[in-house]
Amino acid sequence: MQISCNWHTEYAYSVCMTIRHGILTLLSQGPRYGYQLRAEFEASTGAAWPLNIGQVYTTLSRMERDGLVSPGEQDEQGRVVYSITEAGLAEMERWFRTPVVPSDRPRDELVIKLAMAVTAAADVRPIIQAQRTATMRTLQEFVRAKRASVGDPAQRLVLDSMIFQAEAEQRWLDHCEAVLTASPQTQEKQR
Amino acid sequence: MSFDPVVRLTDVSRVHGDGPQAVPALREVSLDIAAGELVAVMGPSGSGKSTLLNLVGGLDRPTSGEVVVAGTPLSGMTAGGLAGLRRRHVGYVFQDLNLIPSLTAAENVMLPRELDGVRAGRARREAGDALAEVGLADVAGRFPDEISGGQRQRVAIARALVGERRLILADEPTGALDTPTGDDILQLLRARCDAGATVLLVTHEPRYAAWADRVIFLRDGEIADSTATPLESARLSAERTPASGPRSGGEA
Repeated sequence: MQISCNWHTEYAYSVCMTIRHGILTLLSQGPRYGYQLRAEFEASTGAAWPLNIGQVYTTLSRMERDGLVSPGEQDEQGRVVYSITEAGLAEMERWFRTPVVPSDRPRDELVIKLAMAVTAAADVRPIIQAQRTATMRTLQEFVRAKRASVGDPAQRLVLDSMIFQAEAEQRWLDHCEAVLTASPQTQEKQR
Repeated sequence: MSFDPVVRLTDVSRVHGDGPQAVPALREVSLDIAAGELVAVMGPSGSGKSTLLNLVGGLDRPTSGEVVVAGTPLSGMTAGGLAGLRRRHVGYVFQDLNLIPSLTAAENVMLPRELDGVRAGRARREAGDALAEVGLADVAGRFPDEISGGQRQRVAIARALVGERRLILADEPTGALDTPTGDDILQLLRARCDAGATVLLVTHEPRYAAWADRVIFLRDGEIADSTATPLESARLSAERTPASGPRSGGEA
């Protein structure tokens, strides 16, 4: 997933803000180089959220403009160490205090697809079945990654979050199937 | 390691009742499960999950089709023969653990071996090993109501593993456990598979089914779909996985 920071949508905006706060949190543990920030960000999120180095530097220069971080001197290899400022610490603390709002998330294509299929009187069962198997394969991959993340609680919790979300989708698909099977309207359509 | 499947179902049907009241619980299901494989079965109530598990365990007989466990067709066996096969090869883990409250953890685990005719001293040693494998050596002398729910479920798994049992049938083994404890149970079953045992797991929780090599979805007594990769390649890739460890390693 590569994220552009043009903030075309609320979602892209929220992603940019999350990268920004993630970087602030890493800097709150001490000054770091850009490439270190990238590596540590990915390690904490179990590579669930790959960053490119350009995103890291773009974010750092915006935060420098906003007074949240300050760069040190360039070393002989041209690398710059960044530190968090008082304002940056305050911003990070504000982030941790503020709950995430559901509208920050993108609209779900699967939900729209199923709703459209029901509206169009298509047979929804094969769609549900194919999705259920695909979602289970994804879940299996998350579990494999989780088994490999032994000893890294941050990574494990990120993967657990993805597992719970995939599981919610799976449960919802089962629910859709049960509701549609019970509905006389659907039974009529399938005849 | 043998390449013969540990479990083979060929066109297995199970009909309850007959005549107009006949209810098909399972319809012509065919399924191979290899040594070292963890297979999860998912499906709504009444889809045939428990029937499938009971047929594989020899607790129920198919109306038609054949069930072969560890190379032995179950159809020709007497009730006594089935009981013997179950004791030698099959371990059960249920949601309602069925631990005997008046026996200690170690005594619960020893029980199937004593029923096998193994002497008490050896049965106790084996029970100690099985409990150590599930990380419970220190509670061997405690009674079921003196340990936590997660520990009780691990005792039930130790009991399912004790002796030569290489096939574990698990029916909702994570039942009432919280999610980290449920993960521990799956971790344990997974480790047993990686050491060469075979597990058939019935669960309604996707997060636990996802620990399996293969997830089978039952609908109205039929396999509606599965996450199967072709069996040969699944086996090869399982053997390439570094985490799987030596397949020859026994339960000790």
